[in-house]
Amino acid sequence: MKRALRSGSASLALALTLTLLANPIASFAQDRNPATGEASQPIAPPDEPSGLRPVSDFDQIADETERSIAIFQETGKVLQHPRCVNCHPAGNSPLQNMGMNPHQPPVQRGEANFGVPGMMCNTCHGPENVKVVGQSADIKSIPGNPNWHLAPIEMAWEGKSLAEICTQIKDENRNGGLDLAALVDHMAHDDLVGWGWNPGEGREPVPGTQERFGELYAAWAATGAHCPAE
Amino acid sequence: MVSFTLNGEDRQFDGDPETPLLWVLRDAERLTGTKYGCGIAQCGACTVHVDGMTRRSCITPISTLEGSTVTTIEGVEGPEAEAVQAAWTAIDVPQCGYCQSGQIMSAVSLLQMNPKPSDEDIDGAMAGNICRCATYQRIRQAIHDAADKMEA
Repeated sequence: MKRALRSGSASLALALTLTLLANPIASFAQDRNPATGEASQPIAPPDEPSGLRPVSDFDQIADETERSIAIFQETGKVLQHPRCVNCHPAGNSPLQNMGMNPHQPPVQRGEANFGVPGMMCNTCHGPENVKVVGQSADIKSIPGNPNWHLAPIEMAWEGKSLAEICTQIKDENRNGGLDLAALVDHMAHDDLVGWGWNPGEGREPVPGTQERFGELYAAWAATGAHCPAE
Repeated sequence: MVSFTLNGEDRQFDGDPETPLLWVLRDAERLTGTKYGCGIAQCGACTVHVDGMTRRSCITPISTLEGSTVTTIEGVEGPEAEAVQAAWTAIDVPQCGYCQSGQIMSAVSLLQMNPKPSDEDIDGAMAGNICRCATYQRIRQAIHDAADKMEA
């Protein structure tokens, strides 16, 4: 009996260990098409060469409030892209890849949104994206930026509507104390925001360019920074 | 040429600047205590300290370490390292041992920042260090024991 129990425990331990070893790798797999297993490619509709429409496309909307809302909705293609939401999670761990899966390894947010003692963000994420070699076809790089960290919990976007995010990012109590001009500047020039367009090999970038994204934000602010209705 | 401090000594590396720190340590410096596990920062076997913080050496290009201070399992020292070494030995934490230098580097870093960690603190710090022998319970116990010894 004892032997049977021991053997059962050993099998369980082996199964757990194999699961532990297999799952991080499976979860870590970068952007891929689940149907074909091929790495996904950025998709830009033919009428939107950069994937993000220019401000001039919205000139035809006569009503300024409606124009402002339409411009903000265009920026939502970036804000609600997994590449951005993954580091604006609603929980205490980041997400990763286009499936917004739990981050592997399971790092925690920590008091400073930078991990916990012994396992900070910069344990793995250096100042730049790092290519890896000799790995499976869908693991091509480790992302990095000198300022790599999670957005604070009050800036969580995961699970929120674009209307909720709009109200949130204008709220100085929830946006790091940025007034509208500073918010536009942040969107247009912040280096970590800019990582979204330069996420490293094997990752789909957010649509458009940071320059066009910044222009859209400037136009949104200039038209009253209106938010979509809930 | 990249200049950095390794275990208290000035070192230079003049090979490919994209070479991961792990291979500079193992191949150029012949410090083989730091292990290759997965190569993508998923297992923690290659953990060292860079400027006092844990770093996965397998995905750290040497070019990013100009002027940095690197500490490996061969050079780690101080009260936390001594307490961890004693605790690890006392309850025979390792089984096969392959992951243990990475485990120890993470444990030392944790204790340097948090001298009296809770179970939750330990789990958070060690979550990126996989042990295929599943010595997790002994690792956690040894960290508590090391903390107690430091406190005494």
